[in-house]
Amino acid sequence: MARPRTYKTEALVLKGSPFGEADRLLTLYTLDRGKLRAVAKGVRRATSKLAGHLEPLTCSLLLLAEGRNLDVVAQAETKESFKALRDSLEALARAMYMAELVDAFAPEEVPNPGLYRLLLANLRWLSARAIALDESLEAALLRRFELRLLDLLGYRPELHRCVECSGPVTSAASFFNPRAGGVICVACRSRWSAGLLTVSPNALRLLRSLQSAEPRASPLITSASLREEVEGLLRHYIRYLLERDVHSIDFMDLLKREASPVEA
Amino acid sequence: MSTEPFSLAKPLARLIEELHRLPGVGPKTAQRLTYYIVRMPSEDARALAEAIIAVKEKTTTCSACFNVTDGDPCAICVDSRREGSQICVVEDPLDVLALERSGAYKGLYHVLHGAISPVNGIGPDRLKIKELVRRLEGASVEEVVLATNPTLEGEATAMYIYRLLQPLRVKVTRLARGLPVGSDLEYTDEITLTRALEGRQEFHG
Repeated sequence: MARPRTYKTEALVLKGSPFGEADRLLTLYTLDRGKLRAVAKGVRRATSKLAGHLEPLTCSLLLLAEGRNLDVVAQAETKESFKALRDSLEALARAMYMAELVDAFAPEEVPNPGLYRLLLANLRWLSARAIALDESLEAALLRRFELRLLDLLGYRPELHRCVECSGPVTSAASFFNPRAGGVICVACRSRWSAGLLTVSPNALRLLRSLQSAEPRASPLITSASLREEVEGLLRHYIRYLLERDVHSIDFMDLLKREASPVEA
Repeated sequence: MSTEPFSLAKPLARLIEELHRLPGVGPKTAQRLTYYIVRMPSEDARALAEAIIAVKEKTTTCSACFNVTDGDPCAICVDSRREGSQICVVEDPLDVLALERSGAYKGLYHVLHGAISPVNGIGPDRLKIKELVRRLEGASVEEVVLATNPTLEGEATAMYIYRLLQPLRVKVTRLARGLPVGSDLEYTDEITLTRALEGRQEFHG
């Protein structure tokens, strides 16, 4: 009998769903192999040695054995557990959203170390600030994450030149065209009848600076209306690219709705 | 099963298809079970079929605790010997079974029928959470024991319910998270160990 081939990898657990009698089917984002699905055997039993190392939103070192269809987790050890995320519903909801985006966009078994590092860095960041996450900081974090993710996957929105005429977009009013993946100047606007989103000058300026900013130098988004505009625009673009809703948005929005009237 | 080189007898194909829909049953298992049933004595097969029908027709969910039961309210909710001031919140009817097996809990239950799982589109509105709040508003409950699973979804659900119960000023507890009996410290993950340390108790050896 041929011995099963094994390999080691570092992975972020994106999600897990019950599988068979006591197993879990995991979706992993690995540093060197991209998105993988693997079986974790027996992890739904209380005495499982692996379970705690394979919870969603954990960074673990794994030893995987190649299986006929799915690879099987042979060993696992937590590298980072982002403990603080588990004590804050808001931070958790955001982390789940980020994991869902990576899962939704990433094709299986296509390595993208940049994307791995982006998610890892953002989970660390969220975990470190889980308790004191203010809205303007949080908005900047999420929008920057979305823009960087799009960038790394080849969907970087063009925010400087008109995607129609290649002319610079500087005017007071511009439009975003999800289908063409970028902004359209006022002059070219008439060629598109539907599906355009208006972009205010402030929003365009903000998007540009978020797209180019260093991780530590993200601008805060202090205006609530600007936050909403930029969030709406990116959500619209992401939904267009995925051709489906991002489910965890609902929970994030629900928490926000329930928090505002009572505590604000 | 139309991919078979020859066409399978219709009743066989139908049963295979029905069994295949059950969780954890793949195409091979469905086929094996089907042929097993074919060889079963008629009365055994009939008893199985009748049990399936009975479980659908003769069970309902308890209007108080939402456990699956054959009478409404369920046997636990009407049992006067049980502690009515304690409500234990679980994800699943099977969790009630597990807790009852332990014999260590004497209060009432509330079955959520799932856990919050934003990634799968399961929000609080899909669970019996509103019903829990309504139930607590109308009764003199002193303690709510959050017994959702110690998984990411279970923790999110517990945190969310805790938040909703704050205005009701009821005591909310969470099942201890720590080392399972028969486990090994060296394999234990850091979150479990942290929780186990936090929840350590004075030793009465």
